[in-house]
Formats: sequence, C-alpha cells, structure tokens
Amino acid sequence: MNAMSAKARERALYLISPIGLLLLWQLLLMAGLGDRRFIPAPTDIAVRFGVLIENGELFEHVGATLWRVFAGFFAGTIPAVAVGLLMAMFKPVRIFVDPLIASLFPIPKIALMPLLLLVFGFGDASKIALVAIAVFFPVVVNTYTGAANIEKIYWDVAKNFGASQTVMFTRIVFFGALPTIFAGLRIALAVSFIVLVASEFVASKVGIGYMIWNSWELLQVDIMFVGIVTIGVLGLITSVLFQEIERKVIPWKAE
Amino acid sequence: MDAQRRGAAVEIAGLRKEYFGAAGKVLALSDISLSVAPGEFLCIVGPSGCGKSTLLRILAGLDTQTGGTISVDAAGWPVQNAMVFQESGLFPWMSVTDNVGFGLMTRGVPSDEAATRIEDALKLVGLTKFRNHYPHQLSGGMRQRCAIARAFVTDPGMLLMDEPFAALDAQNRVILQAELVRIWEQTGKTVIYITHSIEEALLLGDRTVIMTAQPGRIKRVIDVPFPHPRNLITLSASAEFGQMKLDIWKVLEEEVMRARAEEER
Repeated sequence: MNAMSAKARERALYLISPIGLLLLWQLLLMAGLGDRRFIPAPTDIAVRFGVLIENGELFEHVGATLWRVFAGFFAGTIPAVAVGLLMAMFKPVRIFVDPLIASLFPIPKIALMPLLLLVFGFGDASKIALVAIAVFFPVVVNTYTGAANIEKIYWDVAKNFGASQTVMFTRIVFFGALPTIFAGLRIALAVSFIVLVASEFVASKVGIGYMIWNSWELLQVDIMFVGIVTIGVLGLITSVLFQEIERKVIPWKAE
Repeated sequence: MDAQRRGAAVEIAGLRKEYFGAAGKVLALSDISLSVAPGEFLCIVGPSGCGKSTLLRILAGLDTQTGGTISVDAAGWPVQNAMVFQESGLFPWMSVTDNVGFGLMTRGVPSDEAATRIEDALKLVGLTKFRNHYPHQLSGGMRQRCAIARAFVTDPGMLLMDEPFAALDAQNRVILQAELVRIWEQTGKTVIYITHSIEEALLLGDRTVIMTAQPGRIKRVIDVPFPHPRNLITLSASAEFGQMKLDIWKVLEEEVMRARAEEER
C-alpha cells in the first residue's frame, strides 16, 4: 500500500514542472509584460483549444500526425532491431552495415524530404517513410550496442546448455539487449515527432505541423500555439505510455 | 531418477592448452592426465591462475585444447555435461521456472515432460515457492540453488562446477555444500568440482587433485577416505579431517608461494 502511494506521488510530481511553467507564463502576461496579440496567454490558447476541439479541426490534425508517427515508428524500428541483433551476432553483417550507418546517420533526415516526395508522392507515404528512416538509426545503433555488450557468461551458459543459433537470437541476445533497445526506442519516439512536424510544414495539407505553419502564415498566433502545445502534450502522453509498456516488458529491470 | 544409469566415466589424456597473451605464448595446462570413475566426486584445488577453470571450460566444450584428448563415456545419458558457474549465470529476463527449464527447452523436451522434471528439480533444491520469481528477487544462495537445479534437471552424465559457492557468505556456503552432497548421494552423478579451498575439497570429494601454478600440471592426487553419507559439520570438526587439511596445505603452500614469486617477478 505504501509503495503504491509512493508511486502515485512520484507521478503527481511529474506534472508539477509543466504546470508551474504555464502559471508563470500567465502571470507575466497578466502583469503586462508582453503583447498578447503576439504572445497569447495560456488562457487565450485554452479558449482557442476549446473552439478547435468543438469544431473537430484539431482531431483531424492530431489523427493525421499520430497515424504518421506510429506507422513510421514501427516501420523503422522493427527492421532496426532485427539488423542491430544480426550485426551483434554475425561479424560479416556488421562489416557490411557499419559504413552505411556511419555515413547515413549524420545526414539530417529532413533533407531527404524532397526525394521522398518524388518517390512516394504528396500523401501519407512520404511522411511515414521519413519517420521510418529517421528512427531507424538511433534504434539500430542502440540495439547493436546492447546486444554486443551482453555479459559473456550468458553466452557460455547458453552454449553449455546446447542452445541453437535460433535460441541464442530469440532468448538470449534479444532479451539481453532489451533494456538498451528501449533506450533507443525512447529517442526514436522523440525523433519521430521532430522530423514529422518539420515535414508537415512544407509537404502536407493536414497534420499538426501544417496547422502551425498555416496559422503562422495567416498570423493566427493563438492557433499556432495550440499546435505547439498539442505536440508537447502528445509527446508527454506517448512518453508516459511508453514508460508503462517498458515496465511491463522488462519486469526484471531493477527499480 | 533412474537408478540404473550411472554417471559418466571421463578419461583425460595428455591435455595441453596454450594461448597467446600480451606477453606472447602462454602455457596454461601441461600434460594433464586423469581418469574419473563413474559417479565419482572429484575436486580440483590449485592456486589462482593454475588453469583449473580452463580445464573445466575445455571439459564443458566452451574452450578447445591445444593437444591431448578427452573422452567421456556418458553411459546412456543424453546430456554429456552441465556446468554450474561461479556467478550463477541465471538469465535475469527469465523466471526461476524458465531458467531451470532452459536446458530442456534447448533440447526440445516436450513441455509436459519438462514441467514434471522442472517441478522435481525445484523440489530437490527447495525453490518450489519461488518458481515465478526473477533472479534479482532471489538471495545469492537461492540463485546458486536455482543454477544447480538448472544443471541437474538436464540429467547430465557429469556435473562441472566452477567454484559455485565462492561468492556466498559462510553460513549459506555450509548449507549449500551439505545440500549438494545430499543431492549427489541421491543421484550418483559424476561431479568435477573446482575450488581454491582445501577444506571444501575434503568435505565434498572422493578424491582431490592438487594442481601446480602456471603452467597447470597435476601435482598430486589424494584419496579422501571419509565414508558417505557424510555429515559435513561433524566431519569438519574431526581430528582426521584437521590433520589431512594440514597435510594438503603443505603441498599446496609451495605452489602458492611459487605463484606469488612468479607474479612479483
């Protein structure tokens, strides 16, 4: 019982810093520091939020953005985990893949957007592809690092107990790397929002990124802020969900 | 357990191991020849760096010798050997049940048969109540019990143990030593047990092999005359035991000093 309430308290503490920031912002504007036409107060944004929710416009954008994030996230991370594990298990794979990662990882992925538009067109596919490419790299590097650093004794035990390559792969290397893989997935989640919103600025007619860019062009500053806040909220929700999933998937990770 | 099956007989002849270290070629094991009888409990004692762990790793198939032969007559056992490591080596991502069942899963034992065998093994080491725990939820002693169950459940011809109780506190070590002897008396496996403790070797084994410092050679093989079943506590308090411990220490002392001089050179 005590442990539960400690956990609940920890979760409540989690919300204090964002709420405190909003409060400070509101008070500063109410004190007359700043022009509310260009920097709307949290309450102004909240009102606009209400309107956009009521007319359903916000959901349309959120829906489009979330779909692209999740489709791209899975399309990129699943192969990344597989490639990372194979790199750790088989040296030829590592020798083959290493230079590709070293040269492609540093390219800002948003620079690929024109190319992807050319290949996949103006629809969802180009944005999903961009997210998939962007998340691939941090996850493949983390997976490889995690799998390559599995303690030697686990290999010895598995070998001594007659484990086949398949068992090594699915029961030892994968699970041994899982905590590090999750660290990579966490980075990937943030990266996917970053590149997607940027791509929606220029190459979309729907989505939070489009909403922000479009309202900037029309000087509807409050809508712009609604978009920015929405991304923050989505980031927070997905990250909390992610933590819960991690807790379920890695029960052995010492708390 | 099937009483008709006997432990494996092991024949080691002229075993030699070299490896290349930073200082060039190192001779780790030289001319090791040893016969282990079926169902024997053999202890190997030696100073650190005498290659005793290397010998065990070669027997376990985790390392290969440079020369010499090992033949194991597994006497009908499908699994030739199972090793218990110094640090338990339990997989942290598997429950106690899955850890114990690992060697059965890898060998494709049907799940209902595996379940009964796991149950028996857990009972043998007293971990039935902890079957769903993860290793990090167990004490050090329980982890080693689990590792022992994981080895026994595969019904191996021989059990290879590399200082399995070295990391435990004194009380737990005594308890687990007694349990191991009991289990061995029940099952009749061949056990090859590495330790740096003379006392442990005399308490547990039928014979004690003393190895020299680098390169590892067999210095002496000593028969341990104490009959089974043994009560380890009374045995360790007896006069014969103390005398024997002293005799062996004298043999080993030279080697320890030699190893130290080697290190300081």
